[in-house]
Amino acid sequence: MAMTKKRIIQKIAFSAFGAVSFIVVAVLFIILGFIAFKGAGVISWEFLTAMPEQGMTQGGILPAIIGTACLMVGSMIFAFPVGVLSGIYINEYLKDSFFKRFVRMMTDNLAGIPSIVFGLFGMALFVNYLDFGDSIIAGSLTLGLLVLPVVIRTTEEALKSVDDSLRVGSLALGATKLQTIQRVVLPVAFPNIITGLILSIGRVSGETAPILFTVAAYFLPRLPNSIFDQVMALPYHLYVLTTSGTNIEESRPMAYGTALVLILIVLLINVMASTLRKYLGKKVKMN
Amino acid sequence: MRKYRKIWEKLAESVLFSSSTVTSLTVILIIVFLWREGVGLFNSKPVDKGYVFALNQANPVNTLSAKQLKDIFNQDITNWKEVGGANDTIILLTINEIPNYFTEEEMGTDLENLPVLIDRLILENSGAIVFISENYMPQDFHGRILDVEKISLKEFTFGTEWYPTAEPVPLFGVWPLILGTLLVTLGAIVFALPLGLATAIYLAEVSSFRMRNIIKPLVELLAGIPSVVFGFFGLVVLVPLIQQVFSLDVGETALAGSIILGIMALPTIITISEDALRTTPKSLKEASLALGATRWQTMVRVTIPYARSGITTAIILGIGRAIGETMAVLMVTGNAAMIPTSFLMPVRTIPATIAAELGESPYGGLHFQALFALGIILFLFTLIINFFIELVKGRKHIKTL
Repeated sequence: MAMTKKRIIQKIAFSAFGAVSFIVVAVLFIILGFIAFKGAGVISWEFLTAMPEQGMTQGGILPAIIGTACLMVGSMIFAFPVGVLSGIYINEYLKDSFFKRFVRMMTDNLAGIPSIVFGLFGMALFVNYLDFGDSIIAGSLTLGLLVLPVVIRTTEEALKSVDDSLRVGSLALGATKLQTIQRVVLPVAFPNIITGLILSIGRVSGETAPILFTVAAYFLPRLPNSIFDQVMALPYHLYVLTTSGTNIEESRPMAYGTALVLILIVLLINVMASTLRKYLGKKVKMN
Repeated sequence: MRKYRKIWEKLAESVLFSSSTVTSLTVILIIVFLWREGVGLFNSKPVDKGYVFALNQANPVNTLSAKQLKDIFNQDITNWKEVGGANDTIILLTINEIPNYFTEEEMGTDLENLPVLIDRLILENSGAIVFISENYMPQDFHGRILDVEKISLKEFTFGTEWYPTAEPVPLFGVWPLILGTLLVTLGAIVFALPLGLATAIYLAEVSSFRMRNIIKPLVELLAGIPSVVFGFFGLVVLVPLIQQVFSLDVGETALAGSIILGIMALPTIITISEDALRTTPKSLKEASLALGATRWQTMVRVTIPYARSGITTAIILGIGRAIGETMAVLMVTGNAAMIPTSFLMPVRTIPATIAAELGESPYGGLHFQALFALGIILFLFTLIINFFIELVKGRKHIKTL
């Protein structure tokens, strides 16, 4: 009798947990579904390739797409080499020491700093102190610093998953440490590092707060000429259309379209990352 | 050849080393620059440069705080004795009210007579207080200049009024913003914790391998959705819904912010709690099962207690994510800088304030500095959160059994 009671409790509890998980998944589908439903009709070739017109109620979002692409590339040019090199140093060179713990702690700290604080910092350092002005370079560097901890951590994880016997074997054959890293460790870890990189690109594409005061333009219907130009960006464009456009009601369809494009970018990046992961049969922590 | 190789190795190592210092340098630079831009606030008087408050010579009041000045100019204080002066009615004069006191003829076409008129007004009225540009100060002034108190840290932190652009004196009281941030965060965690934990337990303990392979990527996808999209969804769906359900005048409330932030904190809580639950050694679980406990009992008495520190970390990180979130909150909470008393009121958080106001505050001005000071407060919040995480990590979780 007691046994059955326990079993019933277990059954109820487990079903409840299952139900809650489905609620969480349902929330995701409601959000995605709603935006896909409202935005699908807006997206067209013209929407993706034209300049915004009529106070951003007509036309397209080309400059915002190009702007976000610039920021994605720009931030990665900075964050990828620095992050990967840093991850290699932490995992391959540093012994368990105070310095290693310190570097880890600082990386964790940097990862925990809110994105709006990065915005303040980017404005103070890049825009004003270094006098880059509101520019692609200022925004890219700010975003690059923001995702740096992600790149470092995924590199570290990827290197950790490389079997030590490979390193020892290489060293035993007379290779130097650097040669071992270059020819043995990195090729094995490379796919996982790339997965981490793709995920951090996704993060860059959606961040708004760090670019508010470092690069994002409210309305700029032309394409950038240099890295010192301001650009529009998709997430900021969505924010503008939703809250401070010239005609919020009439620009609503444009907002749905922009939101859908943002979501499609994130989806594409996630699919790319998980395909790569599946293809390589390895696991990289997403975060 | 050998030598060349050695130099190359050393060179590579130093490049790697310098890269590894970038994060530490960035954290230090963030502190330096927030400090540099923000700290000036506490050394300043909350009066626009080039403006003064002029008083009658006989007025015994020497200094006033920003709050007192604001009350005086809002006519909430009408007698000097309320601010420690003589029993004398306060007579206000600001630039806007000049036409009420003097005619255009009196002032002259280029306002060249204004200084003399003001001097006379102050001389004749013992209760006068005049807010005026230094350009119009009389050459031969018969009154006194009021000293305005500097903005104190206490006034900044615990001041209850945030009017950064008010005339004649701005007020920088951050307390409502701090409370707003904490309230929205609290709501988010109350909302996200049960959902997140239940999902984590389901994924770690209950679900089949196939089910987990479906749900897990979806949770990760949820983590990847940009905050501005959450904000947009909240604004077009959740806000009108809340407005209708609770029949409110505006749907932009702390509740809307909490729900959206809760959804955004879910992936963090789920992923980290699940990892923590999975670290429980199999031997412990099997021992429990062998003793006749059901899976449910094993979970409640063994797995969850073992994973307690990991789950705590998940909660703290979730809080961290919620405190610093900017765009979604900015879009759905209504941004009224009042001390919140209920979840159905508009609130304003610290990150939202920075995002909304920095673009409009003149570079280097008091308002600009105050927003950087808000950044310092946010930074301190994250330091506290990191400190707690280190604290939890440091505890041996086996002891909690």
